[in-house]
Amino acid sequence: MRPLRNVIYIQTQNSWLHKDNDNLVLKVEKETKARVPIHKLQGLVCFGQVTISPYLMAHCAENGITITFLNMFGKYLARVEGPVSGNVLLRRTQHLTGHSIEKSVAIAQTMLTGKLYNQRYVIRRYCRDYGEQISDKNVLAQLQTAEKRLTRCLTQLSDCKGIDTLMGREGEAAQVYFGVFKHLIRQPDFEFDTRRRRPPTDPVNALLSFCYTLLTHDCRSALETTGLDPASGFLHQLRSGRPSLALDLAEEFRPMVDRFVLSLINRKQLFIKDFETLPNGSVTLKEEPRRTLLAAWQDRKQDTLLHPWFEETVPIGLLPWLQAQVLARFLRGDCDSYVPFLWK
Amino acid sequence: MQTFEPIFLSRLQHYLFCPRQFALIELEGVWAENQWTAEGQVLHKKVNQPDQQKRGAIRTAWALRLANEELGIEGIADVVEYHKQENGTEIPYPIEYKRGKPKTHRADEVQLCAQALCLEEMHGITVPDGALFYGEVRRRTAVVFDTELRNLTQETIAACRMIVQTKLTPKAIYKSKKCSRCSLIDQCHPKGFHKSAAAWLAEQIKED
Repeated sequence: MRPLRNVIYIQTQNSWLHKDNDNLVLKVEKETKARVPIHKLQGLVCFGQVTISPYLMAHCAENGITITFLNMFGKYLARVEGPVSGNVLLRRTQHLTGHSIEKSVAIAQTMLTGKLYNQRYVIRRYCRDYGEQISDKNVLAQLQTAEKRLTRCLTQLSDCKGIDTLMGREGEAAQVYFGVFKHLIRQPDFEFDTRRRRPPTDPVNALLSFCYTLLTHDCRSALETTGLDPASGFLHQLRSGRPSLALDLAEEFRPMVDRFVLSLINRKQLFIKDFETLPNGSVTLKEEPRRTLLAAWQDRKQDTLLHPWFEETVPIGLLPWLQAQVLARFLRGDCDSYVPFLWK
Repeated sequence: MQTFEPIFLSRLQHYLFCPRQFALIELEGVWAENQWTAEGQVLHKKVNQPDQQKRGAIRTAWALRLANEELGIEGIADVVEYHKQENGTEIPYPIEYKRGKPKTHRADEVQLCAQALCLEEMHGITVPDGALFYGEVRRRTAVVFDTELRNLTQETIAACRMIVQTKLTPKAIYKSKKCSRCSLIDQCHPKGFHKSAAAWLAEQIKED
């Protein structure tokens, strides 16, 4: 997909970006690492310790190139944008749409469709890859039953007329999904019983919680960059300080995060000794393995897959940005429904 | 008198190129450079500095601010030459710089004619003709502001005004040749939004 090639993501720490004629120059430790004609850019996204010269910043502002600063974990910090901005109309439409229960339910329903579809994919994919290795026929049967029940929940979503009933279906699907999640873990040290959030009391839950936070931050940045208001959601209730729309957008990507967590464990990138238990019983990842996780997270974002709606191959890291654009276009009346990312 | 949010002269040709492109820029604040827009900027560097000069019977002004309040348009003319007549009056002659070469469509002519309409209101006289200067052929093409071109220009202004007032971005119509030249293709997604999203989603779920 072309748009995304024109956005440069700078993840190398201690990078220095400046302008040399009409080129953007990236230096690390005074050594030039890249040189790009500025007019080919649409945006710059800087993770963590990335410094930009004021002249480059001004040039970007004048030429409609948005610079977004995120911390190393992808948390949105700030944005530098030139004087052109039509976002007020988009935000107004977003807020007005949020006022309508009917419209909110319709959007929330498509987002949860994405979530349940992708949850089912996690199970399907596991059965496809490891089905033959599962010796316990009971386990295989449980996975197959879960898949069928998720399909039923998925088709019932369209009958929901309110946010409460949607949440009910989603809860039901979550029970089914996390009910068999332990069967997807192939390292006996890591036990999983049920999803526990506040606080996580076992390593698997700790990993899920940590990665969901990263995901929410990515979604928030994507919404900010697109000009949407991350605080005004359709599925999640509005509460001061809560990025409700970021949480909404994150729903369809949670299953991808789940599989990321599973692969960290199953491929032995993380071990049980990498976790510590705090006095209140909550479990967290130690600092060094956290770095391993973040490196793997950034690597994962570089992997590409096919976006079925656009029929184009895109890097995983850009999916939230792309979906935020789809949402913005839907709110502006470009299409008759929001289309979540469906994992195939 | 009706008061309008003025429409920029340069946006008229965006509308004529593609109404959706006009709306993306005007309503959504979308802007992106590509090879063609960048080349246009380089070409305009010469004429973007306000300045004037007198040479014989011609007084030339660069980067001149123009407006027509009745039509609700405003902008900057690259060059306006004031041609001194035998009776001592001056007739303005607008010249717009364009990259490339003369086009088959009339977008450039409309932008120039709109400048003439501004000059007419500002000076209270008739501006009969002007010229387009094309960077690639490095030649002036004379343009006569006849009734047909004036009507097309006024229709275009009215159509732009309609989009500004309704605040509705027209739907994308994908045309590979045209869209590939548009710098906004990445924000517009003309290929993605040509099908029904609801039907597509329903189909995906039904499939398995």
